[in-house]
Amino acid sequence: MLNEGEVRIPSGCAISGIIDRTGCRFNGNDIIKSITLMHERSNGLGGGFAAYGIYPEYKNFYALHIFYDDFNIKTETDKLLFQYFDIAKDEAIPTQRLSTITNQPIIWRYFVVPKTSQLQDKRISDNDFIFNCVMKINKDYNGAYVFSSGKNMGAFKGVGYPEDIGKFYMLETYEAYMWTAHGRFPTNTPGWWGGAHPFTLLDWSVVHNGEISSYDTNRRFVEMSGYICNLQTDTEVITYLFDLLIRKHKLPINKAIQILVAPFWSEIEKLGNTIKNDLKCLRSVYSSALINGPFSIIVGCNNGMIALNDRIKLRPLIAATKGSKVYVSSEESAIRIICNNPEKIWAPKGGEPVIVLLEKEQI
Amino acid sequence: MSLDFNVPSFEVIRNEKKCIQCKVCIHQCSNMVHVYDEEDAVVYSNNNKCVNCHRCVTLCPTEALLIREYPLEFRKNTNWTRQAIKEIYKQAQSGGVLLSSMGTPKTFPIYWDKLLLNASQVTNPSIDPLREPMETKIFIGRKPNKLDFDNEGKLVTVMPPQVELNVPIMFSAMSYGSISKNAHEALARAATELGTCYNTGEGGLNKAFYKYGKNTIVQVASGRFGVHKEYLNAGVAIEIKIGQGAKPGIGGHLPGKKVGEDVSATRMIPIGSDAISPAPHHDIYSIEDLRQLIFSLKETTRYSKPIFVKIAAVHNAAAIASGIARAGADAIVIDGLRGGTGAAPTRIRDNVGIPIELALASIDQRLNEEGIRNSVSLIVAGSIRNSSDIVKAIALGADAVYIGSAALIALGCHMCHSCSTGKCNWGIATQEPFLVKRLNPEIMYKRLVNLITAWNHEIQEMLGGMGINAVDSLRGNRLMLRGIGLNAKELQILGVKHAGE
Repeated sequence: MLNEGEVRIPSGCAISGIIDRTGCRFNGNDIIKSITLMHERSNGLGGGFAAYGIYPEYKNFYALHIFYDDFNIKTETDKLLFQYFDIAKDEAIPTQRLSTITNQPIIWRYFVVPKTSQLQDKRISDNDFIFNCVMKINKDYNGAYVFSSGKNMGAFKGVGYPEDIGKFYMLETYEAYMWTAHGRFPTNTPGWWGGAHPFTLLDWSVVHNGEISSYDTNRRFVEMSGYICNLQTDTEVITYLFDLLIRKHKLPINKAIQILVAPFWSEIEKLGNTIKNDLKCLRSVYSSALINGPFSIIVGCNNGMIALNDRIKLRPLIAATKGSKVYVSSEESAIRIICNNPEKIWAPKGGEPVIVLLEKEQI
Repeated sequence: MSLDFNVPSFEVIRNEKKCIQCKVCIHQCSNMVHVYDEEDAVVYSNNNKCVNCHRCVTLCPTEALLIREYPLEFRKNTNWTRQAIKEIYKQAQSGGVLLSSMGTPKTFPIYWDKLLLNASQVTNPSIDPLREPMETKIFIGRKPNKLDFDNEGKLVTVMPPQVELNVPIMFSAMSYGSISKNAHEALARAATELGTCYNTGEGGLNKAFYKYGKNTIVQVASGRFGVHKEYLNAGVAIEIKIGQGAKPGIGGHLPGKKVGEDVSATRMIPIGSDAISPAPHHDIYSIEDLRQLIFSLKETTRYSKPIFVKIAAVHNAAAIASGIARAGADAIVIDGLRGGTGAAPTRIRDNVGIPIELALASIDQRLNEEGIRNSVSLIVAGSIRNSSDIVKAIALGADAVYIGSAALIALGCHMCHSCSTGKCNWGIATQEPFLVKRLNPEIMYKRLVNLITAWNHEIQEMLGGMGINAVDSLRGNRLMLRGIGLNAKELQILGVKHAGE
């Protein structure tokens, strides 16, 4: 049977996210509790978390989290890493042994900055250097997989129920100002750790519930800009779309959203001339970046969080606020279990984003 | 039967019991097949002249007529077929090049029929276009790589001109001359009502039709017939015709007998003179020359209209398309092997070029690999027969399709493949006033509107089934396709998996 990455596997899921917009940090207990409540929405074939603000002591370093199949490939990959980067620290990511988590790969993290000489040679930015390096390892180093590459953030994921994955990585020992979580229900048994969510690139992380029917159109579009879709998952391509539109094309978040979940033409026709013209341009230039099919996603980055539904809301998404915290989840119950009496709780409309930016940038 | 050795192609069978000798068939047939014998007071038929256009059959009030293939059998021989033998008789008699009309009847593979579409089940809900929005609007034209906004959120990128289409279907180039004025009017009015475009072809634009300019694409071909500044500015886009799927590598020929007063004025040539389009544009002998023509046209229209470049699908189409995109074209039109024509040399039509599906797949792939697919639009033509052909074309990478034969069939064409005779009984491919007036544009444009409306609804149903609610998300979405009965090489070129994979 083909592994994930060699074949496209649709999946349904549960997602949850919490952010404190003041940047105040809290441990992983709440997010685990929230995603655990939605146990029925996953089937034990994938769970994961993204946490932002967890590495303040290394906040100027890119934290590379890498899965290795064996030590041979680690040795080989290390050669590349030590050639390209100044490495402040590298270590096994702490985990605890659980009967429910089996077949784990070697899980390592590196805190790195590109060597100045490397950057000068290649005349590219830090981010692009990391981007190229991640693409290279994931494509050419068979058995090595970079699953997290941002600053002061990290992804923790694997094959299992999300609550077990949370325990396995001991997330109660990390403190973050933003947590997202994912429980997976794939329609196949890939059994590969890299296939779990969140999917990340640089400081982007995406957890996703849904199956996008525009996958191949989106894939071809991002591949023209140098992205390589190794995993053939919807989440991977969504992450690349965000990176392409916001980081590379420098589009404001709201414009990017208007591309990804574009307003319907019937709505656009009702608007004033300037905004109508802008939207026509956005939709025609970026028509291949429209995400179609049912989905709800939570996107994390160092500025904050974006939660988003498809244009006709074919997947659940609930949001709530209390104090400085904002909660988003597939189910209301998964918010209420960690947030008594939210001040506001609502179901965002299809295509209507929930954007929560940090009050001051954390990095 | 006569000494030209040829035997009739069709046999007219008249049911004498049903025939009331009303003479409708006689009046309707421009080929003079039916004759009334005054002495015997009977109507009889000259089989030899019949082209099987169904006009008499359709209009016979008592259903007394039937046309069928002439039943005379040649001795069975898979090599020397009836057609092969008849063509030799014809050429031995005339000494001329064999001429044919419409698309090739040969049995080349039709890949549309070997591709299957996907639909949602369980993991992804299908969408009902009668309940939910289902978008088929597209924009044809060059797209910048990215859009830039200033700090106030104001768009600073200057957007190149675009043609906005409500449906991804346009009417392809058919010149005034090759088809009648009434046929053109029906196309123009239908395009206007549908929010799409028709194409003038290379015969210029009749003054009466300038008012449909917002839905008109004007064509510039090698003969430059009817091309002047006002014409170039009359439509929403200009198409440079380099080649045509039915006759790659050769020009065109409108016989002088079709050049009446009005066609003469529109084409800007003398009445009765043959209109011969040379095989190449004599100012385009290479890609850099094409660039000059593209930019001459852009200058003439002050950069307000996209420039399309139309080529026939030939072996090296992918590299040529890449060159066209880099030469500054805003849209590339590919016309496939099975595309139609008013008249083409038979040997060319039946032997030159490649199927549109393979050309489209390889061009889209090539432009993607070069990172320039998003900067140009890709329009395909050449025997698009129905809405599922269109869905498959878009999934293979097309932005839109052109339809020619299908539009003419909606206007009454019965595919008798005799356009070049100029005697079209349906008033389509003719300039004879008594035939032209048989095509009432007031009635016929509605049939075109009906056809495209129906197809668009079918497209929406298929999109909805795939869980897609905008045609944008279908373009290049080859995962929605599976091949059936195709070999590994074909699958590789089409970029699709086999059914079951």
